[in-house]
Amino acid sequence: MAAYVVRRLLWLPVLLILISLVTFALGIYGPGDPVQVLMGLHTRPEIVDQVRKEYGFDQPFVIQYLNYVSNALRGNFGYSVVKFPGQSVSDLLAKRFPVTFQLNLVALAWSLPLGIALGIFSALKRKSWFDVFIRALVILGISLPVIGLQPVLTFAMARKHEFGTFSIGPFLPVGGWKGMFAPEVILPAFILGLGVLAVFTRQTRAAMIEVMTSDFIRTARAKGLKEWMVVGRHALRNALIPLVTIIGFTIAGLFAGSFIVEQFYGIPGVGSLAFDALTSREYYIIMAFTLIAATVYVLINLLIDILYAFVDPRIRYQ
Amino acid sequence: MISLVGRPLSVVGLVVAATTVNLPLAKIHPETKPRPAWYETWRRFARNKPALLGLMVIVLLLFTAIFAGQLAPYDYTKTNLDLSAKPPSAEHWLGTDVIGRDMLSRIIFGARSVVFVIVVVATISLSLGLVLGAAAGYFGGWVDTLISRTIDFLFAFPDLLFIFFIAATIKPGLVAGLRTLAQDNNMQWLTDFVRSGYADYLVVMIALSVLGWAGLARLVRGQILALREKEFVIGAQAVGVSNWRIMTRYLIPNSLAPILVAISMGLGGIALSEGILAYLGIGLQPPNPSWGNILADNIGRYWRTWPEMLWMIFLPFAVMAAVVFAFNFVGDGLNEALNPELQ
Repeated sequence: MAAYVVRRLLWLPVLLILISLVTFALGIYGPGDPVQVLMGLHTRPEIVDQVRKEYGFDQPFVIQYLNYVSNALRGNFGYSVVKFPGQSVSDLLAKRFPVTFQLNLVALAWSLPLGIALGIFSALKRKSWFDVFIRALVILGISLPVIGLQPVLTFAMARKHEFGTFSIGPFLPVGGWKGMFAPEVILPAFILGLGVLAVFTRQTRAAMIEVMTSDFIRTARAKGLKEWMVVGRHALRNALIPLVTIIGFTIAGLFAGSFIVEQFYGIPGVGSLAFDALTSREYYIIMAFTLIAATVYVLINLLIDILYAFVDPRIRYQ
Repeated sequence: MISLVGRPLSVVGLVVAATTVNLPLAKIHPETKPRPAWYETWRRFARNKPALLGLMVIVLLLFTAIFAGQLAPYDYTKTNLDLSAKPPSAEHWLGTDVIGRDMLSRIIFGARSVVFVIVVVATISLSLGLVLGAAAGYFGGWVDTLISRTIDFLFAFPDLLFIFFIAATIKPGLVAGLRTLAQDNNMQWLTDFVRSGYADYLVVMIALSVLGWAGLARLVRGQILALREKEFVIGAQAVGVSNWRIMTRYLIPNSLAPILVAISMGLGGIALSEGILAYLGIGLQPPNPSWGNILADNIGRYWRTWPEMLWMIFLPFAVMAAVVFAFNFVGDGLNEALNPELQ
């Protein structure tokens, strides 16, 4: 166990160096000569040279990389050039992160508990119509393309529908960001949460079925325990452990993936910032976003793997 | 204790055995041939109606993609501003989009785009994933370390973000590089290729493949690791069966069930990613049709009302959802057919 943790921790810096190296190399040299990218149509050679010196692009690659990393470690990810001229990337990210965080929090708040509950009931009522229905719903949740769901759902909920003299709606206001308790959050949070709901229902159901068919449950029943004791005390605790491993992936994936929803609803989070950065070729913003997201992703997963070993003593990492 | 329990049981067992021996329960018909193993699997699969329906949708998709040129009633790039956003009619069965292009033709050619991506990405990621995953699991040691650490590294980036990043950084450079290469060497076909917008597509496919193989390789590696210790593999090694033969004849066929399921679901994921990337403007470039960019075009600048909504947004959405559904239902059906004890 200790050896496993040590090995994972030793591998961590290597992984982080690799991530930052690739992010830096692709971010700076991927699109071509970085000075050309920065300068755009200004091509007077003396100014190009001046910019090259100013940004340190005349230095060898290793020095540039070390400079970037040491600046990044101190929270300086460079500056925006086109979209928000002069603003530092870290300021932009810091200003927008809370919005994305709150949006994802709302999305998880409804989908996570509901997914686990549906998974448990579906496993307990295995092969009933409820189970069949839930399984179809899970496939639906995984398959429905968010990009099409957004306009269709928004149309259904946010418009007044007129049938002759009779009319209903609009049910929900949409667009923009007015805090996590405003009704505008409902639709984007619903759409973001659907995938999480599907994944958690499926995983909980599978884990629960595996536990419910195992020997110690039969023993518990044979001892004459009440069914709620068997399920609540014995099965549930063991079934929920494997879920810990996918929570990390899910949360990190949500953050990275929320830019589709943010962009559609005009929510000023990091996702829409990344999208703006992509369309206006703001490489410093894209690099910072990728670097931070990947680092957080790796850290969360490391934390969860180690946590998992503590929660479930049967796990032996070799 | 054990003997107390064991004795009456064994007595019962003997009695049962003695009574059944004389009964002609298993009558052997010499004329019936033993059915191949896959037949049972197929029978279980065919009992699953959604899975069968999914298979039909996939066949229809392939048919549409192959014969798109013959099926489409119009040129998918032909615009006609007199017919902007018109409802379905006898001439245009699914109506027209904002600049008067026939929606049916665009959706039909969109099928070709999605099939193209699925085939290319699946081929690359499948072959890489199978070979590298099996190698990592079978050989262990530094091979395993190298491959597993590469997978770890690729997994460090959330999927969509990784593709997003590749598209933002490598794509402009690569496309510009191809363009200068074409100009310098006077290669007309390469110039046409870059101009057609398919060069952008190439980048997306590479990014999807790079992600795809890692997930699959991890799965294959786990399967092989579990199988490697089994007696029949150790036995084969003991009698001197070659590594390659053990891998292809012993290990891969036996680890196929979960891999097949993962692939089927993965194909749905690829279809979904293709749509999302085209929607975001990273994938296939207009005027080439992909269901994703049809959606993006049609959401457009102003908000659509009901009847327009139906043919301009709901239809591409429905087609896309149907295809992803189909792959997931088939995956689910395969899962049930291959592991009947699991469900």
